[in-house]
Amino acid sequence: MEQSLEKTRLQRIFGSDIWYSFTHNPTAIISALVTLGLIFAAIFAPWLAPHNPFDLASISIMDGNLPPAWSAGGDTNFLLGTDDQGRGVLSTILYGARISLLVGFSSVIFSMVVGIALGLVSGYVGGRTDALIMRIADIQLSFPAILIALLVDGVARGVIPSDMHTDISIYVLIFAIGISGWVQYARTVRGSTLVEKNKEYVQAARVIGIRPFTILRRHILPNVMGPVMVIATIHLAIAIITEATLSFLGVGVPPTTPSLGTLIRIGNEYLFSGDWWITIFPGITLVVLVLAVNLLGDWMRDALNPKLR
Amino acid sequence: MDLLNINNLRIEFPSRHGTVIAVDDVTLTVQPGEVLGVVGESGAGKSTIGNAVIGLLEPPGEMTGGHVFLKEQGIDTLSPEAKRKIRGRKIGMIFQDPLTSLDPLQTIEQQLVETINLHLKLGEKKSQARAVDLLRQVGIPDPENRIKNYPHQFSGGMRQRVVIALALCAEPEVIIADEPTTALDVSIQAQILELMRRLCKDKKVGMLIITHDMGVIADITDRVAVMYRGKLVEEGTTAKILGNPDHPYTQSLISAVPRPDVRLKRFPMVNYIEAEGERKKLLDLSTHWLGKARDYKAVQGPFISLKNLVMTFVTKPALLKHNRVTFNAVDDVSFDINEGEVFGLVGESGSGKSTVARMICSLYRPAAGEVNFLGTDLTKIKSEKERDYYRRQMQMIFQDPFSSLNGRMRVMDIIAEPIRFHKLAGSNREVEQIVTDLLDHVGLGAQAAVRFPHEFSGGQRQRISIARALATRPRFLICDEPTSALDVSIQAQILNLLKDLQEELGLTMLFISHDLPVIRQMCDRVGVMKQGKLVEVSATEDLFENPKAAYTRELLDLMPRLDSLSLEGLEVENT
Repeated sequence: MEQSLEKTRLQRIFGSDIWYSFTHNPTAIISALVTLGLIFAAIFAPWLAPHNPFDLASISIMDGNLPPAWSAGGDTNFLLGTDDQGRGVLSTILYGARISLLVGFSSVIFSMVVGIALGLVSGYVGGRTDALIMRIADIQLSFPAILIALLVDGVARGVIPSDMHTDISIYVLIFAIGISGWVQYARTVRGSTLVEKNKEYVQAARVIGIRPFTILRRHILPNVMGPVMVIATIHLAIAIITEATLSFLGVGVPPTTPSLGTLIRIGNEYLFSGDWWITIFPGITLVVLVLAVNLLGDWMRDALNPKLR
Repeated sequence: MDLLNINNLRIEFPSRHGTVIAVDDVTLTVQPGEVLGVVGESGAGKSTIGNAVIGLLEPPGEMTGGHVFLKEQGIDTLSPEAKRKIRGRKIGMIFQDPLTSLDPLQTIEQQLVETINLHLKLGEKKSQARAVDLLRQVGIPDPENRIKNYPHQFSGGMRQRVVIALALCAEPEVIIADEPTTALDVSIQAQILELMRRLCKDKKVGMLIITHDMGVIADITDRVAVMYRGKLVEEGTTAKILGNPDHPYTQSLISAVPRPDVRLKRFPMVNYIEAEGERKKLLDLSTHWLGKARDYKAVQGPFISLKNLVMTFVTKPALLKHNRVTFNAVDDVSFDINEGEVFGLVGESGSGKSTVARMICSLYRPAAGEVNFLGTDLTKIKSEKERDYYRRQMQMIFQDPFSSLNGRMRVMDIIAEPIRFHKLAGSNREVEQIVTDLLDHVGLGAQAAVRFPHEFSGGQRQRISIARALATRPRFLICDEPTSALDVSIQAQILNLLKDLQEELGLTMLFISHDLPVIRQMCDRVGVMKQGKLVEVSATEDLFENPKAAYTRELLDLMPRLDSLSLEGLEVENT
């Protein structure tokens, strides 16, 4: 009897309304599969990719600018053709998605941590602290996110000695994209915190004597995470696009470790000479990835919104 | 010929967890000029009947059996368009919340005239005259001018009168009122009920009134139908049902209603409703952790003494102090509570009684005054560590069982939190044993520990709250409207539990309620609050028999009289 009452975590997930909503929504299932597929492909790129595009010994300039395998002059070794240096486009996409996803996930986590922490403090403490944090948020919100990312990136380039650029540029990028996105989390978490802190369970904890930090961590944080997960999913798509934009503009990751954005930029130069495959395939991958993540976020927003249920 | 005839009605709500039968084979009739009350606790299906009659059943609910006849015309089989014509024209509706049943963007006149014109086709001029006339009938002073107002310009009670006028617009034959006075203060409730009853008799309208409140039933109805879990368990004249009910459910329901006129030792066992409420395993408090001698100082003088307490809220914040607008939620309140007594605080909503409680347990910092607990002024304590010693001795039980427990924590962790925080037990094993014992002691059973709060009903959650409050081994318990969100039978169980615990553990209690009958059952002394001020403090029996303040008399007069309720099998306390 007692055993059956204690549901395992898995049983709770599969019995939940969220899971039910998920299994009855084809769009959500397909986009989840696509997203997971791309993440899987990116993580296991070294094993899945036909070539290692960064191993200079294995690439040959002689294979340069080959069209996809199905068109005239194509080579079955290079399914989606090659770029100017003879790297297989398929391989570079797999490796590039890796960088894109790494930057995307890291910057989202960075935004989340900063945004949630500031939002919790702002909502719980209130008063002048709240006013200060929220005014900073308002100021930042009046600039486009991409501009802030560009600014941070530019400053970092100016400050850091140039021989270190290549090594740390990816961290700078994560920081730049991350810092441009915290406001949304902070605002949402602050709003939820204002609601939660007046609920009686928080007052009960205060009557017991629990200190504010523990109340925030143990009681309020778990109860404000629902909307945060929705924002995070949609933000992931935005972060990937931002990274691609920055890389396309040439201020993102260095060309030696190309992301999807870098690949599109490289290919862009050859588009008018007829070598469309170098830029189109990374472009399609980016669109599919972002679309899938966005649709997943949309579904989650609807599923977690009690008003739409 | 019956005016309204509901015949073998059956309503089902299919869901992915199986079909819920909300209404099961219910037959009811209403005659012209008759008020039929449908009473039952939450989830009994009473509102569903009302919605089905007017054809506004919320999907996925559907009628799977039975018929509804209005003057022998079947109305359940009509097309949606035909149903729409009957709604408002032949059947009027009064809903619970007067705030949301009027359109805030239209004047009262626009709403009334539109409805009258739609159904009676009188033309603009005549419709206006009729609208003014209706407002006069429902007792709105100066109707010619007030009719130009918007809903927000009326008070809650006046707004409900407008809703009634709206329901009467097209001279309906039947009125369905779903909890028409639940959102109103008692003083207004009495007037509205009186008005509804008079209109019903004058115009020979049949009324179906749906409520959970025995006071409303006693005040207004001619006949009563009692619902329990979708089934009609008993039907009869109001005097018969209240005075001499046949069905065991009705008997237990009636016996659970708190009496305004006598004080009971405890409520009789209401086990028809929730058998698990029984406390099967009681702890031996002489040896158990919960009852063990505590390291508390002995009491000298009053247990708690509040002196000139003031609480100020800022209603309009500003940077500079003299620009701020403030109001005193609690204004110069002083009273003492002696050890071992239950002190009641009563008053209407907004009178500041909860604010007093929150100042005592340091949730609010008073603007002025002293909170003396065992001779120490709590408002002067600076360090959190020092305050913990006092916190442990006083705990609070909150009003809303659905928000007073953290939904992300298991019951085990919820109750263990205070024990761990104050380091009241050694090993983890010991803590878990104590939590299980506490759950047993409040009548829940040990299995509850591994579950999450959402798996419990309101009454069960309130038991978890009580267990959490006991987990610091307090000597002072603040109960802030602990039962006002609960059904009457559950309320009786919780009040019994609180009474038992108070006696077993020798607790001192501050019991806050807006409900005078509940106060009479629970408290030794009572303070009456009005708009932040304490108007009277008396022993409970004195307060009810010889109220001193005019406001107290007013409150007592408005209390629904339940003289006709049967006293059979109840133990009355002699004082």
